[in-house]
Amino acid sequence: MHHLTRTAPRRTVALAALTTLAAAGSLAACSSSDSPGTGASGGSDDTYTWWDPYPQHDEKSDWAQRVQACGEEAGVTIERTAYDTTALTNQALLSAQEGTSPDVILLDNPAVSTLADTGMLTTVDEFGLDTSAIDQNLLDAGVVDGAAYGIPIGANTLSLYYNADVLKDAGVDPASVTDWDSLTAALKKVTDAGHKGITFAGIGTEEGSFQFLPWFWGAGADLTDLDSPEAVEALELWKGWLDEGYAPNSVIQNSQNTTWEEFLTGDFGFVENGTWQVNSAAEADFETGIVQLPAKDGGVAPAPTGGEFIVAPVQQDTERYETTRQIVECMTTPEGFVETANTFAYYIPPTADGQKALLEEKPELEPWVEAVQNAKGRTSDGLGTDYPIISEALWTAVQNALSGSATPAEALKTAQADAESGTK
Amino acid sequence: MTTTPTAVGTRGAPRGAAGTRPAAPTGRRRRGPTASQWAAVGFAAPLLVYLVLFYAYPLWRNVDLSLHDYTIRAFVQGNAEFVGFENYAEVFSSSTFPTALTNTVLFTVGSIVFQFAIGLALAVFFRSSFRLSGALRAMFLVPWLLPLIVSASTWAWMLNSDNGIVNSVLGAFGAEQINWLTSPDTALLSVTIANIWLGIPFNLVILYSGLQNIPGDVYEAASLDGAGAWRQFWSITFPLLRPVSLITILLGLIYTLKVVDVIWIMTTGGPGDASTTFAVWSYREAFGTGQPDFSPAAAVGNVLILVALVFGFLHLQLQRRQEDS
Repeated sequence: MHHLTRTAPRRTVALAALTTLAAAGSLAACSSSDSPGTGASGGSDDTYTWWDPYPQHDEKSDWAQRVQACGEEAGVTIERTAYDTTALTNQALLSAQEGTSPDVILLDNPAVSTLADTGMLTTVDEFGLDTSAIDQNLLDAGVVDGAAYGIPIGANTLSLYYNADVLKDAGVDPASVTDWDSLTAALKKVTDAGHKGITFAGIGTEEGSFQFLPWFWGAGADLTDLDSPEAVEALELWKGWLDEGYAPNSVIQNSQNTTWEEFLTGDFGFVENGTWQVNSAAEADFETGIVQLPAKDGGVAPAPTGGEFIVAPVQQDTERYETTRQIVECMTTPEGFVETANTFAYYIPPTADGQKALLEEKPELEPWVEAVQNAKGRTSDGLGTDYPIISEALWTAVQNALSGSATPAEALKTAQADAESGTK
Repeated sequence: MTTTPTAVGTRGAPRGAAGTRPAAPTGRRRRGPTASQWAAVGFAAPLLVYLVLFYAYPLWRNVDLSLHDYTIRAFVQGNAEFVGFENYAEVFSSSTFPTALTNTVLFTVGSIVFQFAIGLALAVFFRSSFRLSGALRAMFLVPWLLPLIVSASTWAWMLNSDNGIVNSVLGAFGAEQINWLTSPDTALLSVTIANIWLGIPFNLVILYSGLQNIPGDVYEAASLDGAGAWRQFWSITFPLLRPVSLITILLGLIYTLKVVDVIWIMTTGGPGDASTTFAVWSYREAFGTGQPDFSPAAAVGNVLILVALVFGFLHLQLQRRQEDS
């Protein structure tokens, strides 16, 4: 008792001060030096640095050896470091600030325009890289003010997986799903047969926008006009599925991984998911297939493109560019693209030649090639660094509408106002 | 510790002899620092350097971030424009501000009241040692030992609208499905419940150790005077525990104000803004979107720091008044 009463006040000051300071420290810690980042070389003369977001592929993996082989071809050693996707963007920003950028980064495509905006990336023209063979819809995600800042090394996108057993039981022919009405009708049949209709990811992060965009674009809506009648229709479609019980309420919290796990339970008729689940779908306990995400009035809806770009940050020592160019070229030949696709099992090459070569090896990927050809970059249409702001407004609207705190029209109106004030 | 305690209940306690003793050394000190004082500085130096490097600098940096317009470009090129209090104005006028304020108050007050009440009840319960009480008490510490990602994910699974165990138990009694995490009405409640569960062990441990310091003869005297258990609690335990309670609540307050992980894992502050507190808002601005907005994030963070400091000083004031009385 003596001890406690006597020392409590003094200790309190210290504790109060320390804990509040600690709270502050966590934010500031990720933004240290002020020096402008023009970029000193990340490695020595015959060592080139390479960052990618594939920590699952260790040093002995096919992927690491492939990277090494490209280095050897250019006569240098490549020092590869793998981060996870979010950490990679932050690390890239920090290294640019400190002037220690790596020679090559494989970067998630929506981040390309953000990093390009900081002036830390070189354009493909500066590098003398030929991008004429790359599909324009894929290349666009890395285009800022008319200049391309990277080359996609492959692309993935979303499609609609179905559980063939469930559909058969419900008497639904997957080929009948061609537009929104026929999809909703199919969901009704599946639900009436005692199964669950569809699951998707409506989580309040970028994943939520990523999953909503095929419906948004499929209705004919545009990201610069979030509260258009078309946009409202798209959100009403999702909301309607929830209200009718065709989709579970938990989609509001679902990440794409969670939706996939739900689908693998075998209860669901459909799931909206990506190319990266192809292998897992093949190993599922039931027969699976995919149909293209339908646009409102039929046809294939444009889904957003996913996948990494190969980018070259600005270096102080421009002599390094020649070798870096050789490394980049080695990764982006048609054979290189196919090899990348095979290494990852889910990447669709971004060139017509590459796609042809891949289909010769794996004809079953045909629907995915079609989906990628119809896909659209999120940062395309000149949105660039405005996209993240618009996207946040959009996923918030999706959350508000699905959870019932606003009607789809109200939610999107707020979203448009937020996006406008954020991007002005 | 030669001073007589000035605890509540011992009003006007006389100052001990120790109170006057320091007068002698002050004369000596005027002649300049002694060797032992230099040694004291030497021993304190590593701590001071540490504090400056890891507390003062980040704090200053946070203020700096909030007063400039740090876009990503400015962040890399280091030429952020000085905008004064514009970021703060933006934060205060944002449509998220009133929601975040209400949520922060509800989350913090709700968490602390229940954490403290349940923690105190358990502490009193465990005061009377019985068989296995040690083992049981240890089990109550489990929430503290689990990594937050584990406990928060577990809570999120349990509260899942369609497959959660909570809903299936409620369903067994015929209740309707409650969308714990996905309805704007219950999302904040759900994360608060999870946070209360996480905070109980902390309150239990501190309050239990406080109880150990209350001498048993006080209770003996009270029971001789015919005070029942209820009366003993309100007239002895509660007042004598007040200093410990105050610091428990203050620490709980600061911990709760800056909770991000539990909420982020369970709801990411959603649906919409329904469970967004200041801390979550700050995190989301900085790291939750594709476009890091460090400046408004730092502004929100600084507001939180100020709130915590205000309560810190309030506590000091209370403590001082208590000692003076």
